[in-house]
Amino acid sequence: MAAEAKIDPMHQFVIQPIAGNFAGGNPFVFTNSALWTLIVLGAIWFFMYGGMKRELIPGRWQVAVEGLISFIDDMVGVSMGPEGKKYVPWVFTAFVFLLFANLMGNMPFGVIPSAHPFTITSQFTFTGVMSIITFAIVLGVGFWKHGLHFFSLFVPKDAPLIFKFFIAPIEFMSFLVRPFSLGLRPFIAMFAGHVLLDVFGNFVVQALNSQSAGGIGISILCFLFIMFVSMIELLVAAIQAYVFAILTSLYIGEAVHLH
Amino acid sequence: MDIASAKLIGAGLAAIGVGAASLGVGFVFGSFLQSAIRNPAASDGQQGRLYIGFAAAELLGLMAFVVAMLILFAS
Repeated sequence: MAAEAKIDPMHQFVIQPIAGNFAGGNPFVFTNSALWTLIVLGAIWFFMYGGMKRELIPGRWQVAVEGLISFIDDMVGVSMGPEGKKYVPWVFTAFVFLLFANLMGNMPFGVIPSAHPFTITSQFTFTGVMSIITFAIVLGVGFWKHGLHFFSLFVPKDAPLIFKFFIAPIEFMSFLVRPFSLGLRPFIAMFAGHVLLDVFGNFVVQALNSQSAGGIGISILCFLFIMFVSMIELLVAAIQAYVFAILTSLYIGEAVHLH
Repeated sequence: MDIASAKLIGAGLAAIGVGAASLGVGFVFGSFLQSAIRNPAASDGQQGRLYIGFAAAELLGLMAFVVAMLILFAS
């Protein structure tokens, strides 16, 4: 690390109050995380509202919104069959929220001073709670529909008896890890991406400040790297939202059908 | 060895796991491409599983990265 300034990539994830403060253990503070959650909500509402005009011959905005909805509809239909219709609202909500929240964190609002975006899904609380909701649905549906027969999910069906004894506890353990990994995946992708971009941004600034011969070359290279990594980050944002949605529909489909 | 140096060495060792995960991700996409070129018509239906496999392999690599971050920056 440079002797002049330490590179601190964690500072961008600190939740800071905008109005009010945390003094006296007060939990009801309007923070930057709350502000950007509202901004994501506004963006989602604006996008969906533009597509709800219900024209018979749809304009481009309505085609985009309906395309997104039918994308999720088809995905849930493939994973869960026709009775998956009642789970489409949650899968769609999770997908759209993750997509918009991930993308909003990569938007170049930082050209306006102090309007740098805060990626809300880079906090494990957001994705962890979404994963908890998914598994509440999985367990709720599983135990409501099948009662205690739900535990037959962990027993491989056509295996010899000795295999059933060995594999069932392993499957059970793997099921217990699933909520954690489902919530961890989008959080880690966003966290790692932003740390990488922050470190290379620091390199650009420090290379320019060093006033040395190679400084300009290094800063140009690092800037190109940031450009390409930002492109990949946009793709990763969409992929992580899609993977969360498809894994959610797979897990709920397993609970509904028990294999 | 003082704790600051140990942190740096530990973070460097944890980052080796990230490189190992890149092998896994490359394997997923590589085998998809190999079979897609043999049977292009069937490959469009399997694209969903391609992305699921990619996300699972990348998750483990990013977990190694998180371990490196925790070692470096957790107080």
